[in-house]
Amino acid sequence: MTATAIRIQDSALDPAQAVLNQRHPAGEPILFKVDQGQTLRIVDLEGNQAADVIFYSRADLAEHYSATGTMLHQGGIYLTTGSVLMSNEGRPMLTIVADTCGRHDTLGGACAAESNTVRYALQKKFMHSCRDNYLIALQHADIGLGKADLVPNINFFMNVPVTAEGDLKFDDGVSGPGKYVELRAEMDVWVLISNCPQLNNPCNAYNPTPIQLLVWDAV
Amino acid sequence: MSSAPPDPLSTAAPNPPAAAPVDAVQHWQSFPPATLNGIPPAQILWSERMPGGGHWSWRLRRGTSLRFVALNAGVNASVVLYAAHNPLERYNMPDSLKAQHTAHYTRGHVLMSDMGRALASVTQDSLGWHDPLGALLDNERMAAQYGTHRFEAHRNGMHRSGKDGLLIEIGKHGLSRRDLIAPVNLFSKVSVDEDGRFHFAAGHSRAGDIVELRCDMDLILAVSTAPHPLDPAQVYAPGKVGIVAWRSGPAPADDVCRTSRGENARAHHNTDQFYL
Repeated sequence: MTATAIRIQDSALDPAQAVLNQRHPAGEPILFKVDQGQTLRIVDLEGNQAADVIFYSRADLAEHYSATGTMLHQGGIYLTTGSVLMSNEGRPMLTIVADTCGRHDTLGGACAAESNTVRYALQKKFMHSCRDNYLIALQHADIGLGKADLVPNINFFMNVPVTAEGDLKFDDGVSGPGKYVELRAEMDVWVLISNCPQLNNPCNAYNPTPIQLLVWDAV
Repeated sequence: MSSAPPDPLSTAAPNPPAAAPVDAVQHWQSFPPATLNGIPPAQILWSERMPGGGHWSWRLRRGTSLRFVALNAGVNASVVLYAAHNPLERYNMPDSLKAQHTAHYTRGHVLMSDMGRALASVTQDSLGWHDPLGALLDNERMAAQYGTHRFEAHRNGMHRSGKDGLLIEIGKHGLSRRDLIAPVNLFSKVSVDEDGRFHFAAGHSRAGDIVELRCDMDLILAVSTAPHPLDPAQVYAPGKVGIVAWRSGPAPADDVCRTSRGENARAHHNTDQFYL
């Protein structure tokens, strides 16, 4: 299985059977649990939104999603159907079991007030950002996670190609309204999402929009 | 697609040329000249213009002073301070108030740590009263008073609480919810009547008011410019606060904050001893 191919896979799961089905507004964070065997679906409701996500093992908070481990495991950078999200301990955390978008990024990271000053303008520092979202979600939850745990993340629905010449590009997304990605949890995890509020680059078409979160129990 | 209002922070001043020797905006040059009295321009390190509701934090050296400037009337700046060498040492509201028998801060007062040391001193003040009673605006109170203004509809015009702003900033320095301390609310005045009730002084600060904190220790200092929680305003419209950081040097022997009372002299003594 090559890592670069877009693999479109529809899901047979029925939203009416979901145990969680909620709209998550643009620009806001959320931290919630998904149990081993449950399936999580993230829907890009209006298209070209970036959902910045990190997973943590609930059994051991020092075990987290590893972008590098995941890329190495599959031999390439893009995430799609069949990609196994690996932890820093080399264990599968979740598997992408359906994907109607076909390509997701794990190189682009999460925006921060500080990195906005570097990338755009010094005076952008007071704009809202994903890392502020992450920090406030972790502060409120107070479960022992903090800034040191904000490791390189997944940007679902975001398109960050690497060219053969070795350039990194931030392209307009390949996603569209209603496209979704679905993940089966291989262990009990915390899901930390910042629904990206970035207004300075095309990662979300300069227009942050809501996502839908659904969870199904194991069949 | 979105019908969000124009984003108040999405149009920024142009960056200085990349070849500029220091890639930083000299905000202080746009502050009212009188607010800079006593600061030698050559000693200015950096300056900032914080929008209302904004938050930021800095690692500051002993001997650096922060001149806070009200750029609008009725501003508030909630400030928390931690010792940089070990943030377990931090500003202590009760220790500071009881050592100085005060329920307000002005020039001559000292912000003391739980370790009996002077963390920072109020070296200049045009107002005469800054609120040390530790009130901090949280999301629930903010929503009850001002309604709900979230990012999705309002982009960076969303309402920001002082508590969340300070939690984000201290989180950047590895501090968690339990480390959030009672802040000092610069530019705000809360008096207490015979029955013990709070009275918020509306319109206390005017544009051009200043207050200055000298760092007596190396500090982590975080600021939120969200409204004071007792501000009765019906509309969320916190004003801008300017900051000028300058190299003042540590407290000299005849420093007004050191000599204002014995307790303050001893707090400064304890700090001086720490830096031997």
